[in-house]
Amino acid sequence: MNYIPHTPEDIKQMLSTIGVKSIDELFKDIPVTLRPKSFNLPASKSEFQVTQTLRKLAAKNATGLVNFVGAGFYDHFIPAAVDALTSRSEFYTAYTPYQPECSLGWLQAIYEYQSIICELTGLDVSNASLYDGGTALFEAMMMAVRHTGRNKIILDSGVNLIYRTMLYTYTSNLSIEFVEIPVVHGQSCREELFKFLDDKTAAVIFQNPNFFGAVDDHSDMVERVHKFGALAIASVYPVSLGMLKTPGEMGFDIATGEGQSLGIPLSFGGPYLGFMAARSQLVRQMPGRIVGATVDSDGKRGFVLTLQTREQHIRREKATSNICSNEALCALRAAVFMSLLGREGFKELAEHNYQKAEFAKEILSRINGVQVKRSSPTFNEFTVFLPRHADEVVHRMIDKGFACGFPLGRFYKGMDNYLLIAVTEKRTKEEIRRLADSLEAVL
Amino acid sequence: MNPFDGSSRATGKSRGMKLIFEKHRDGRRGFSYGLSDVSGTKPLAGKYCRATEARLPCLSELDVVRHYTNLSRLNFSVDTNFYPLGSCTMKYNPKFTERIAAFEGFLQLHPLLPQLSGGGMLAQGSLEVLYESEKLLAEITGMSAFTLQPLAGAHGELTGVMLIAAYHKDQGLRRKYIIVPDSSHGTNPSSAAIAGYKVKVIPTGADGYMDLEQYKKQLNNEVAAVMLTCPNTLGIFNPKIKEITDLAHNVGALMYYDGANLNAIMGKCRPGDIGFDVVHLNLHKTFATPHGGGGPGAGPVGVSKKLVEFLPISRIIRRADATFALDYNHPKSIGYIAPFYGNFGVILKAYAYILALGKEGLIKVAEIAVLNANYCQARLKEYYDLPFDKTCMHECVFSASRQAKNGVHALDIAKYLIDQGYHPPTIYFPLIVKEALMIEPTETESKESLDDFIDTMIKIAELAKNNPSVVTQAPLNMPIKRLDEVRAARQPDLRWKP
Repeated sequence: MNYIPHTPEDIKQMLSTIGVKSIDELFKDIPVTLRPKSFNLPASKSEFQVTQTLRKLAAKNATGLVNFVGAGFYDHFIPAAVDALTSRSEFYTAYTPYQPECSLGWLQAIYEYQSIICELTGLDVSNASLYDGGTALFEAMMMAVRHTGRNKIILDSGVNLIYRTMLYTYTSNLSIEFVEIPVVHGQSCREELFKFLDDKTAAVIFQNPNFFGAVDDHSDMVERVHKFGALAIASVYPVSLGMLKTPGEMGFDIATGEGQSLGIPLSFGGPYLGFMAARSQLVRQMPGRIVGATVDSDGKRGFVLTLQTREQHIRREKATSNICSNEALCALRAAVFMSLLGREGFKELAEHNYQKAEFAKEILSRINGVQVKRSSPTFNEFTVFLPRHADEVVHRMIDKGFACGFPLGRFYKGMDNYLLIAVTEKRTKEEIRRLADSLEAVL
Repeated sequence: MNPFDGSSRATGKSRGMKLIFEKHRDGRRGFSYGLSDVSGTKPLAGKYCRATEARLPCLSELDVVRHYTNLSRLNFSVDTNFYPLGSCTMKYNPKFTERIAAFEGFLQLHPLLPQLSGGGMLAQGSLEVLYESEKLLAEITGMSAFTLQPLAGAHGELTGVMLIAAYHKDQGLRRKYIIVPDSSHGTNPSSAAIAGYKVKVIPTGADGYMDLEQYKKQLNNEVAAVMLTCPNTLGIFNPKIKEITDLAHNVGALMYYDGANLNAIMGKCRPGDIGFDVVHLNLHKTFATPHGGGGPGAGPVGVSKKLVEFLPISRIIRRADATFALDYNHPKSIGYIAPFYGNFGVILKAYAYILALGKEGLIKVAEIAVLNANYCQARLKEYYDLPFDKTCMHECVFSASRQAKNGVHALDIAKYLIDQGYHPPTIYFPLIVKEALMIEPTETESKESLDDFIDTMIKIAELAKNNPSVVTQAPLNMPIKRLDEVRAARQPDLRWKP
């Protein structure tokens, strides 16, 4: 099936209008010597055949595991209305709203999304989305580099290792100096930070809750960062902001994060949603599309893509970022999700996550040889020490039907026996009890 | 119902459709998590908690459904309107790929599962999709290997340029420049700059091709790569492409292929056969995954043999026992450029599309895309200036200079088209064409759709001559008139405030 509507008669007429005899003539600019050496692709298939093929492949994936793996990407419930609304093809088969008069719905939805991100983070301005939490953090870091004219970055090692690795990849040809400060007793180490903080520092980057699940109040550190004229950047888990102190309240200048938890399925790693919010004085350093409200010639409110002189299609090599396509449909999912939840639903979501994780901590700590790390408070994810290698435990637990957590030894040297366990609102008391029982059995 | 309901209640003047925040009612609920089965836990200490509530809108589920349903009706989309937005390949997105992407087995899979001990076997279906997609894209483009990680076209460009930098570094060379023609997409120079390169721009000659003499002058052993779109943004295929490629290789520079326009040449030529070293594709363009109001896309990157070892990790391998696994053992890899394996949901839809079309279908896509563009060009060139009058590929670029003399600019034509129910072509791009109108019809539009659009364009040309004010006043049939963009930029209002 090829979705091409042309009849042979159409093609004949069109060729005659163009004034050529064959379609081949239209390709005459491609020299014969450059024709494909091979184009060895399978023959066309029907919709039914392709659907069956992929149904079989989908069935090879596990769907029955009870999931306690988070590590930055969480198994949350998605209300049906999110799918119903975002699968309206007037949204998903449109493109970037360059022409406001015929893209008003998209523009308003993005403006509302930006407003929601500002409300979550406690900051002033947001953009229309970035690819994911990692690329968003890179963009935030580069904003700080441009804003301060400095190139030293202090990176808390509680920031997801995946993101730290991405920052190193992206800067491998730029002259950025990184200093990583250790996590001590689960939290950011003030002493080490203050040692490295100086007037060459462009930004300090934290994550809250950090990769180990620990919650912190970074206000004291942010204040110190500002004394040196540097910017403070937070990578945050948006669901936690239904409960936790916001980046805005702690004084952060930029907040970024992975928006997957806001109504976007795990889908094996994407598409996800990078979000970003910042203080208003940084708006002209922001990457990507930004929607603003304005009025038409009758004074009626409407929305447009604005502050475009930051962007690649106008500024080319001088643009603040190279981003063009973003994750608009995922941003819409987040906006619909948050609109459904409202104030109460959002708090409820955070509370359920927190309560269930606290319950799991309590139950798991009763298992002989298991130590739940309690040096700092947590939200919905926490670290446990196991009496044996976490990889082994994870493997055995998979056989028992649990994805029981993320083994920290994969990312941190010397932490082979540590497991990171996430408990979302989807996990029941019963599942948590069974997790504990199974864990006890495999240890 | 007019979606612009309740337009003037708030302030007494016309305000357009209400924001969702303006529909808020204290105490209203759209969703509830119910009672938690866990209670009695000690609350988190106050110093860690937010002091101010997120002022989210509180609405019923119906309120939310009606709000977003009505918003959706204010958009033009491929499913509702002809959308010849040049360079964006707004083709029809077959529905069956959406259903496939929603299969539970694909949708629920945690990306870390194959990184857990014993977890890889539980993600075999998704790993196979990725592995097979890489193979298919490599065959379509003639490249040695692909990474599916880049999350959009521009992200693919940045990845590609980083691969080029890693290659030169490995050769012990630090090259400073990347060459782009002035007709390039803005993302090309921008990606080059973000990866740490300086950009040299080559002008376009009177024939629509990159000026070969200027190119030769700028090309030397300080040039890391040449980034080209072929066919270029004028919709023209440069018959001397091989010469350009050879000249770059002679000074040790690599060739980068911007695959935004691949729709024109599938099965007709392959970047790998021409000698390109790096290719990025836009799956949302060529391979029919929905554009989603600006994304998500996917920007896989293919490379020639000498660059394979630098590809991002993880790579996906097929083991001797026909199972699939993640492979991190690539010491020269540039590292992670995305958290996982790319925009899996998008890749999956593109994979299903490629399987459905097959070899003959993909060749036909290119043929009919080119036929449609040439048909538009042939029928319109009497009415609009055609700065580069030659056979085009998948898109044709006109100039509204003739109409502009009567005060009808490309923007006015765009607004009038909106009034007539057409999404306008790309306007004012490429930057080298004054008053540019860049029309990319794509292969999924029928002759009747094209004829209707062309007739409207001809009517606009006539109005521009005889009654220009009709065009310059447009749009009149839309819910709003032209918006004050200057005000939007000078007095930024970027969020709702109570």
